[in-house]
Amino acid sequence: MAEILVNKLTPKDFKSDQEIRWCPGCGDHAVLNAVQRAVAELGIPKEKFAFISGIGCSSRFPYYMDTYGFHSIHGRASAIATGVKTANPDLSVWQITGDGDALAIGGNHFIHAVRRNIDINILLFNNEIYGLTKGQYSPTSSKGLVTKTSPFGTVEEPFSVGDLVIGARGKFFARTVDANLALSTQVYIEAAKHKGTSVVEVLQNCVIFNDAIHDVVVGKEVRDDRTIILKHGQPMIFGKNNDKGLVLDGLKLKVIKIGENGVTEKDLLVHDAVEANPGIHYMLANMDYPEYPVALGVIRSVPGITYDAAVHEQIESVKSQSKIKCMDDLLMSGSTWVVE
Amino acid sequence: MIKRSQVIEKEEVVIRFSGDSGDGMQLTGTLFSDTAALFGNDLSTFPDYPAEIRAPQGTVGGVSGFQVHLGHSEINTPGDFSDVLVAMNPAAIKANIKWVKDGGTIIFDKDNFTEKNIEKAGYEKDPIAEEKLDGYNIIDAPISSMVKEALKDFGLDPKSALRTKNMFALGMVYWLFDRKLDYTEKYFEKKFHNKPGIAEANKVALRAGYYYGETIEALRPVYKILPAPIAKGTYRNIAGNSAAAWGFMAAAEKANLQIFIGSYPITPATGILEELAAHKDLGVISVQAEDEIAGICTALGASFAGKLAITTTSGPGLALKSEAIGLAVMTELPIVIVDVQRGGPSTGLPTKTEQADLFQALFGRNGECPVVVIAASTPSDCFKFAYEAAKIAVEHMTPVILLSDSYLANGTEPWRIPEMKDLPAINPPIAESGSVPFHPYKRDCEKLSRYWAIPGTKGLEHRIGGLEKTTKGTVSYVPENHEHMVNIRDEKVKRVANFIPDIDVYGKQEGDLLVVGWGGSYGYLITAVRELQAEGRSVSLVNFNYINPLPRNVKDVFSRFKNILVCELNLGQFAGYLRMEHQEFAYEQLNKVQGLPFTIRDIKEKCIKILEDK
Repeated sequence: MAEILVNKLTPKDFKSDQEIRWCPGCGDHAVLNAVQRAVAELGIPKEKFAFISGIGCSSRFPYYMDTYGFHSIHGRASAIATGVKTANPDLSVWQITGDGDALAIGGNHFIHAVRRNIDINILLFNNEIYGLTKGQYSPTSSKGLVTKTSPFGTVEEPFSVGDLVIGARGKFFARTVDANLALSTQVYIEAAKHKGTSVVEVLQNCVIFNDAIHDVVVGKEVRDDRTIILKHGQPMIFGKNNDKGLVLDGLKLKVIKIGENGVTEKDLLVHDAVEANPGIHYMLANMDYPEYPVALGVIRSVPGITYDAAVHEQIESVKSQSKIKCMDDLLMSGSTWVVE
Repeated sequence: MIKRSQVIEKEEVVIRFSGDSGDGMQLTGTLFSDTAALFGNDLSTFPDYPAEIRAPQGTVGGVSGFQVHLGHSEINTPGDFSDVLVAMNPAAIKANIKWVKDGGTIIFDKDNFTEKNIEKAGYEKDPIAEEKLDGYNIIDAPISSMVKEALKDFGLDPKSALRTKNMFALGMVYWLFDRKLDYTEKYFEKKFHNKPGIAEANKVALRAGYYYGETIEALRPVYKILPAPIAKGTYRNIAGNSAAAWGFMAAAEKANLQIFIGSYPITPATGILEELAAHKDLGVISVQAEDEIAGICTALGASFAGKLAITTTSGPGLALKSEAIGLAVMTELPIVIVDVQRGGPSTGLPTKTEQADLFQALFGRNGECPVVVIAASTPSDCFKFAYEAAKIAVEHMTPVILLSDSYLANGTEPWRIPEMKDLPAINPPIAESGSVPFHPYKRDCEKLSRYWAIPGTKGLEHRIGGLEKTTKGTVSYVPENHEHMVNIRDEKVKRVANFIPDIDVYGKQEGDLLVVGWGGSYGYLITAVRELQAEGRSVSLVNFNYINPLPRNVKDVFSRFKNILVCELNLGQFAGYLRMEHQEFAYEQLNKVQGLPFTIRDIKEKCIKILEDK
């Protein structure tokens, strides 16, 4: 793994000389900010970072990081990141993607990266719209959304990012909000530290084509009551007055008010992010307003063997057992004959 | 019907083993060719099998064949027509009879010529009569019943006993060609070392076939093919797909790079992925990706990370990889894309051969998107051109498409094993840490290649991508910059011509007719041209391996011939490309798109017609 730096880096060290071209007010600015804070905390030298992206507004991200970066083609960032990390597991590999890039054109690569559990960090900026092509609906747009390509409202069911990650047997899923720098920085650090595919869904605001789409949940006035920040080992408690919580009611989660009907804090579910069974994580990831608060923070973080490590362990193991040590050995192996 | 004659010494002979796809004909043919190679014959083989793993038993569609051409002079093709056909059922006769020489030998399993099988093959009653095979040397052996009899003491169930009937047939062929059984027997011992009973049963069946040939004595003519005069050295038999995989591994070792293959299985290219995946002992990183696109994208990611990147595919997969090839052109990352061509378009003829992806390789991308295109011409030179493709890719920082085809991929021939020290050096332009900021598109002034700054190297942090950039790596929409970069990328590929050999003429350097080919049809062209030259005709051959860029002496060579005939297994793509690149010449064409290689006869007839018409 990457060596530990003696001289600590600062977020500024990760700013590239490129002019940032996102729209003023775009949520991406905040994400960039939080990522630069997070990577500076990791103690990994700059040259060991590779930021990989596909196509879309968020995919411009690598240009603004003073690290190695690869801005690729639409949908393929998961595959390219898989190649980079498998080629060199010593790198800290980050994939920056959006809801269209990762879940529409790149859906196949996305689920297979998650299935393989390759040790990359995927930050999925979910603004529920296509921004770079100027306002068409995406696979996460809620049903009925009116956009340029759905002038009468979409008739499609949206994807839920958490559903896909857990469905693909994913081991790490977290959710954060673009503008919440403190939470985001913490979540990105945890994603980086987790060995395996870490998927972070960032509820990100497109100020031009889908402005305030998440405000019903994350708006300043309402967020305390409509979101819950999960912490491993802590009771699932939320609300402006810290007076609401989650319990298991039969096979479902249920929101209760502490103090009502004799419910105390002790009755609440305690978050266990490392539990391998995805049942509760699945329910938490899919909680939606108004029935439930939307879950933020690290929802699932289960240790497991990573693809890149397994590939290299296998190579080393075969190498140590094989008689063939170089190409000349191979060339002369098996059935050969000599012509005098 | 059996003809009597004495031992015949022949220059060359073609044998075709054929039967149901479950009859083990590929193994039978392989064992026979390995034995012939050890004896010292030159040879060339070609498996011909249906796309279905197990097509309906007994039908013509389910016939699997394996052709071996061996000789005591140089052999360049698996042969047009066979001297000996082994037919395990009536369908095998139906499928192959037009490829048997007039008066050739046909060995068949009489027991399998049941009413039902005869009908399934599309005959009425008697295939021999209906095909009018009176003039042929027919050997109707009761193979199935003799195998059952020979193995009756082994306690095998009838099905397992019958599974050895291919070995009985092989034994007969060994008798016919006076070959030793020891190589094949050793193979059984090794293959079935945990099942000595099965090894012994196969040996007994093989010997029974051999002795049957001897006993009925009538089984003649007996062909004797003397060893070929071959250059000194150590040899092995190799198929095109394995040779390509080995060429890449050799290049990786020489360049001191680890090899990374990202691929998706597709016929007939899968063998390269399989061979590379089997060589983790040489440090091969192999990723079987979720699709063709991920195949190239994982490889391109690995190239960015400093590995020798390979992806392998066939025509439909090359189509899917197009956008990523464009990204490799734009980011100027080295990668080799192997296209083992098959019959197209679309799914086409997955197990048959064709050379119809040339235009796709040259032009199948958006924008001005030049790549180096190279084609291998024999099964064993897939090694050389895989090595060369890797060398060009890393030294010139460009994607290279290596064209092979189904015929090369599965065909085998003896190959003189090279030593690593004799292969040319490979020097990738890897950037080193320095005090000046790294500019990703700063170039080597001779090759115009950029430098390869590998993630993990301190101080070389940079960003590349599909958007047009300036030399410094800044995204740029400036019109003049775009035009400048388009020209540079084009010129970079053109300059590869300064680093490849001139094209060689086989035969006289001037004359009436120059036969022009490219890639895998070489064996047929050289054989036809050699025969025409022996007949005193003024015919020479050039066969292209370097397609883009073309060698520098093409104009000079072409101008010394009165006629130019371009032969290829498509509707004229290389001819069209030559008309574009060298429009000063007139090109005649010989084309074939049947999923099959040329025949020597096709080529000779066309050449003679041109020579006699002019």
